[in-house]
Amino acid sequence: MAVIGRADVGPSTGEVANPVVSVDGLRMRYGEIDVLDGVTFDVARGEVVTLLGPNGAGKTTTIEILEGFRMRSEGHVRVLDQDPAHANEHWRARTGVVLQSWRDHARWTPRGLLRHLGHYYLPYATELRPRPWDADELIALVGMVDHADQKIGTLSGGERRRLDVAVGVVGRPELLFLDEPTAGFDPEARREFHDLVHRLSDLEDTTILLTTHDLDEAEKLADRILILAGGHIVADGSADALARQIETGTEVRWSRAGERFVHATGDATAFVRSLFEQFGDEIADLDIRRATLEDTYISMVRRHEATEGGQAAVTAVAAPDEGDRDRSVAR
Amino acid sequence: MTPTTHAIRVGLARGWTECKLSLRSPQDQGFYLFVGVATLVALYLQRDTPVEGTSLLFPSVAMPSVLGGLIAFGVVIGPAYALAMEREDGTLLRAKAVPNGITGYVWGQLLLHSFGLIPMLLVILVPSFVLFDDLMHRGLAGWLTVVWVIALGLLATMPIGMIIGASVPNTQKVASWGMLPVIVLAAISGILFPMQQLWGWVQTIAQVFPMYWLGLGMRSAFLPDAAAAVEITGSWRTLETVLVLTAWAIAGALIAPIVLRRMSRRQSGAAVQQAREVAGQWVR
Repeated sequence: MAVIGRADVGPSTGEVANPVVSVDGLRMRYGEIDVLDGVTFDVARGEVVTLLGPNGAGKTTTIEILEGFRMRSEGHVRVLDQDPAHANEHWRARTGVVLQSWRDHARWTPRGLLRHLGHYYLPYATELRPRPWDADELIALVGMVDHADQKIGTLSGGERRRLDVAVGVVGRPELLFLDEPTAGFDPEARREFHDLVHRLSDLEDTTILLTTHDLDEAEKLADRILILAGGHIVADGSADALARQIETGTEVRWSRAGERFVHATGDATAFVRSLFEQFGDEIADLDIRRATLEDTYISMVRRHEATEGGQAAVTAVAAPDEGDRDRSVAR
Repeated sequence: MTPTTHAIRVGLARGWTECKLSLRSPQDQGFYLFVGVATLVALYLQRDTPVEGTSLLFPSVAMPSVLGGLIAFGVVIGPAYALAMEREDGTLLRAKAVPNGITGYVWGQLLLHSFGLIPMLLVILVPSFVLFDDLMHRGLAGWLTVVWVIALGLLATMPIGMIIGASVPNTQKVASWGMLPVIVLAAISGILFPMQQLWGWVQTIAQVFPMYWLGLGMRSAFLPDAAAAVEITGSWRTLETVLVLTAWAIAGALIAPIVLRRMSRRQSGAAVQQAREVAGQWVR
């Protein structure tokens, strides 16, 4: 396996000092196809970063390479100061992986399994991070007190996912990986899960990297969003920053004299002020909509698909175009 | 204590928990019951049949052979199925995600499948001693032989099961890669009938594998010296038994860790996901 060597001195991009995760020029090839074609990003300590992308974009591949579960074809990857492809068990103890359980450990109970798996972390306890997390405390934290002594095989899908999360954090990880953590959650479980992620991030100083399909979730949880499309990172920034990057910006809708108008602008306040100065009372049905993350996401993925050359897509995003175009919608 | 020895202890505790869970599981209880009843019925139906060339009755000769065969079967097929299934269902991936988890897992499996023999031996031995006379001809020395033959037999055969379980592409293949060869071996290894009834080359093949020697070792533990007359070369060949089983144990100890490491390296969420989809299609 060819790995592009690089001296381990200093931060990789200069953007993030001493990153927990540093990925540079990551490539993954299956036969003739490059699933990942030069993925580059950093994650700083304590950050919550979401990896978004269409199906087949390589989110799971990326996260599994970082977890040390899969070998990469090319590129430089450092996770907690080690190469995950050759990391030792001490490194393993500092990371947590939330796996999607299926039917493993069906005869065990959540309490029994958490105690058992937690025991492996005992030799890796430090002053700052007592390991493992107490099983009973963890059960309360993920809200499965009522099911703690039930056979795992009889748990509902949502309860299993809570257990998966508990297993992922039982070693009090410094870095936690979650691959589509809330798939199959009901809205309440999802809300509780988001609270848990916030708590891990705020109180435990856990760095979190997750993938999701749920844009709302990405927006709620992430300090930073990475959009992966066609094997590249096509966008990197907070939900707000991403929304500002694309040209739709904010959409202002109004009607005047029975005719409806839509206008896209980067500065809605200034535009509306000028609108009222010009037309005053004639303006009705005013509606101001910020671009949602969904708009941003769809637009970026489409833009990527249209250009198909990944590098071109990144430049297009980096230089947002503040087009002020009026469109009249005839009714 | 190093993290590795710690992990071995955690793994042994895991194996013990799995033993207890297995004993409480109706599925496993059913399996033990089935094996026990099937064996006893087979022995009971021929309880008065004399064995040619000896002064013994069928159950006396067949019971040790069947025990040897069942031990080989249990510790090959048990780990083979466990590993193949637990690779697919994500148990091994969970082990891989915790520090030294695979080490612990493997030690747990060793303990689980070793201790799993105890209920199987009990469901056959206890009723047998009630139903049939003249089973143990060698007293305490015989029981000690039973212990070392089983211990050496475990070391010789369990790695084979682990290697099969770690190598099969999916659980269904354990039937053709594991079950079939083991059943064929049982048929030619003198477990069900004396192997001298078979062609010479078949006897040679059978003597390469540990199952024959396990059966022979068990017979040497239970039966009087006179009964050795019907064996190949007319003796218990204790030295050969030790040598063949030890050779298998050494080969297993060398090869199994390599195969297990390779299996562990290939574990990934995507692999589990794929197995899940395949199984989903398979079931219906």
